[in-house]
Amino acid sequence: MDEILSQIFHIGFFAALIRIATPFILATIGELFAERSGVLNLGIEGIMLFGAMSGFTMAYFSNSLWLGVLAAMLTGMLMAILMGFLTVSLGLSQHVSGIGVTLLSTGFAFFFYRLIFGQPSTPPNIKAFTPVGIPVLMDIPWVGPVLFQQAALTYLALLLVPLSAFLLFQTPWGLNLRTVGENPHAADSAGVNVSAMRYQGLMISGALMGAAGAFLVMVQFNAFTFGVISGRGWVCIALVVFGQWGPWKSAAGALLFALIDALQLRLQASSAINLPYQVFLMMPFVLTIVTMTLVSRNARAPSALLKPFRKEER
Amino acid sequence: MKKEMVHNYFKKYFIRLIKQAGFGALALLVLGIFYQPVQASGLKVAAVFETPIEEPWVNQIHVALLQAKKEMGIEYTWSESVKSADFARVMREYAENGYKLITGDSFGAERIARRVARDYPDVSFVFGSGIGPAEPNFGVFDNWIHEPAYLSGMIAGKMTKSNVLGVVAAMPIPEVNRLSNAFCNGAKEVNNKVRCKFSFIGSFFDPPKAKEAALAQIEAGADVLYAERFGVIEACAEKGALAISNMSDQASLGPNTVITGPVWDMWPTIKHVVTLVKAGVPTAQDFGGFSFMGKGGSYLAPYHKWENKLPADVKSMVEKRKQEILDGTHRVDVDESTPHSD
Repeated sequence: MDEILSQIFHIGFFAALIRIATPFILATIGELFAERSGVLNLGIEGIMLFGAMSGFTMAYFSNSLWLGVLAAMLTGMLMAILMGFLTVSLGLSQHVSGIGVTLLSTGFAFFFYRLIFGQPSTPPNIKAFTPVGIPVLMDIPWVGPVLFQQAALTYLALLLVPLSAFLLFQTPWGLNLRTVGENPHAADSAGVNVSAMRYQGLMISGALMGAAGAFLVMVQFNAFTFGVISGRGWVCIALVVFGQWGPWKSAAGALLFALIDALQLRLQASSAINLPYQVFLMMPFVLTIVTMTLVSRNARAPSALLKPFRKEER
Repeated sequence: MKKEMVHNYFKKYFIRLIKQAGFGALALLVLGIFYQPVQASGLKVAAVFETPIEEPWVNQIHVALLQAKKEMGIEYTWSESVKSADFARVMREYAENGYKLITGDSFGAERIARRVARDYPDVSFVFGSGIGPAEPNFGVFDNWIHEPAYLSGMIAGKMTKSNVLGVVAAMPIPEVNRLSNAFCNGAKEVNNKVRCKFSFIGSFFDPPKAKEAALAQIEAGADVLYAERFGVIEACAEKGALAISNMSDQASLGPNTVITGPVWDMWPTIKHVVTLVKAGVPTAQDFGGFSFMGKGGSYLAPYHKWENKLPADVKSMVEKRKQEILDGTHRVDVDESTPHSD
């Protein structure tokens, strides 16, 4: 038991927690913007993979990690625009379109990877982002190594939370976006371009999903493999509900999920608790669901979520 | 009046179009009768893989088949990332297009693969599988590389300073368990103070997760890790721990980190199977033995940079045990029970 306690109070545990949480925070906030505008972006899983792939490719050939991140975000945006065309312009079912976009993006990632890299025996790799210490702050005992010795993308993800809260709740643009998600007809009467707002929400979501994918292949690992997303996108969909469509709570959900994931990895490696390994792997999902049922029971989705907007239709 | 003209024009146009199409079809038909596809002399071999070709398990089969293409003159095609839902269709397409040997991995589609095989008694099916062969034409093989895994464990047991070893593996299935157990048993044979830690990541191809699991083990004191999955070597390189690779020679991923590791060589299996099929011998048997060290189906990866860094007594100890395995005087126990961290 001592072994576990010493590990949990190990700085590495908290650093791992923040690292594991980063892609979840990025993609969850992304999904949040789309859903707040009234579009459930189920393309998330595929967009993350395609973003990871194109980001990695760009970083591999340009030797610039930041160009890679940019490419990942642009790819995400592109696929999000396609999602917008299907669900906003054509008004098709958001579920079906989302799954379609996921399948298409996954196929694209596979196809272009094969086209560019062929069939390598070992995946080609890049020099990944290394943690950047923030001067002064990184020397604070305990907090410093956990919070201020992370990769640059992690800081951006953490800053994104207050930024998106500000954007959504303090700016006229955020009000428009939320209104479009709650009552598009009222927004339309008030002169807001519903389609444009939804496209914008989707594009932000795509960019952040792409960045999340880039984080997985350029920070947490240094190569692209096809299993790199492994359902993380779907988790983000749940985290938005968990967070009751608010950035702070969603980020807290991502941190909780990462906390339990980091914890189960350490429990598996210790001999104190001898349970079937499936129980450990299940822990983050089960505990997130349990907390969600307790905390988010009164969560209310944006009223116009899943509903296409047609101007003349009531 | 004008409308009628337009109508007539289209009518004429269509009739012409249909005539032309008819001639075209006829021409194609004639061509088809006289055209005979160039018959290749080689045996047609196809592989159906469930995962992308980079997955180390699948890659070893692929590499051996490419060698067979070069050295035995077979014709070789493959399909990768074939999910269970598509597995039967892809197998049937190959079986119906003159492929006489169909191979691949069937772990996710064991029943499907066996059912399809029954419908094509003239075709040999030889798949990587966790269970047994089936008459009349379904043979199996598997990565029986527990022997070099045991040898790697002996090295790890000697090289560890903290006496804590780590194993990061996919999931506790027999193929993975017997390697993990052999590794740990090898270490315990040479160092009775060794404790082994086991982590499973629950998927086959999620390197970020494997890396996090490895980092957690290193924090818990492990200093030599068995990288059953991709992602572990990177964690070791980052934290200055040592690594044992798996499945293929992965020293290039961390020349100063990777000491050695078990390598699976599918060439003896493929060579034997292709020879049998060419001779018309039925292949509904277990080819697992062809992956043992004695047959050359597995071996310990070259030491590369560690050639000079590894202590001489460790090297000679491994060499001695290796010879005993090759001579058949030492048998490495097959333990497929799910391992738990000590």
